Amino acid sequence: MELKRVFPMLMMAGTLAVAMPSCKSKFSDADLKAKVETVITSHQGITTSVKDGVVTLEGFASSDAEKAQIETDVKAADKSIKSVVNNIIVQAVPPAEISVNTVDESLAKGIVDATKDFPTVQATVKDGVISVTGTIEKAKLVILKQALDNLHPKKVDLSAVVTK
Amino acid sequence: MALEEKYKVLLDTARSSGINDLNYAEQDGVLQIRGTAPSADVKNKLWEIYGNIDPNFATGDVVMDVEVATEVPGSEVRVITDSSNLNIRKGPGTDQPIVGKAAKDEIITLISKANDQWWLVRTKDNEEGYCFAQYLQTV
Repeated sequence: MELKRVFPMLMMAGTLAVAMPSCKSKFSDADLKAKVETVITSHQGITTSVKDGVVTLEGFASSDAEKAQIETDVKAADKSIKSVVNNIIVQAVPPAEISVNTVDESLAKGIVDATKDFPTVQATVKDGVISVTGTIEKAKLVILKQALDNLHPKKVDLSAVVTK
Repeated sequence: MALEEKYKVLLDTARSSGINDLNYAEQDGVLQIRGTAPSADVKNKLWEIYGNIDPNFATGDVVMDVEVATEVPGSEVRVITDSSNLNIRKGPGTDQPIVGKAAKDEIITLISKANDQWWLVRTKDNEEGYCFAQYLQTV
């Protein structure tokens, strides 16, 4: 080809080459990362990186369902997100030890306070199990049960309680 | 696992209602549930669901203690007794002398929590003492 033709073509190609990369989507990668981070803020242990609109997720989730939910939430964070690479590892974590009070003396004090307003109810405790007898208005039963559960006993046995 | 199945709706609702620290485990045949609810409404909703699955809580399957995130020192709480006044006591126990009273629906200030059952409060009349937390609900 003649140089006269080639030169403008090279100019065009050069211009396009310069113009294309700067033709970015609405948000920059940094902006997208910030948006994704607000979405996953309640999921500890998940990190994100964003490159050219592709979000990569890493970290640990406690179940497949949680892993999938995080991906769905992230995808919905912004339509500029091209895709999500989900490298989250599912690792079933045993739940933290739940404290249960089996000290009968401290439970006994707690049940005195909890049943103070229910004179027709009697409660005793043995080996961490609170047993309740007597009568109580149905609508008030939840108040009593909540107060007893707050003591963290092994069990609250209301089977002998009569509601009116 | 059987109890977790029976109370699946309760646990699922807790999870989807913003209880991020939900923790539960079956111990000695009882499903122990712990967590912090974002509001008193969420806590009440969970108790309603629990009561539907286990009418009158008769089976004793569950011990559930859900605290409310907004019940913190300095927050305001409402007295939710049935109709009577709530005693304000000198110390955290029903054996303690009564130093004042707060009326049903009165709004008082939570100063601190002595423990889960007894909270130090102050009324607008500057009566200060301990109330049984079961009868206080975050505003």
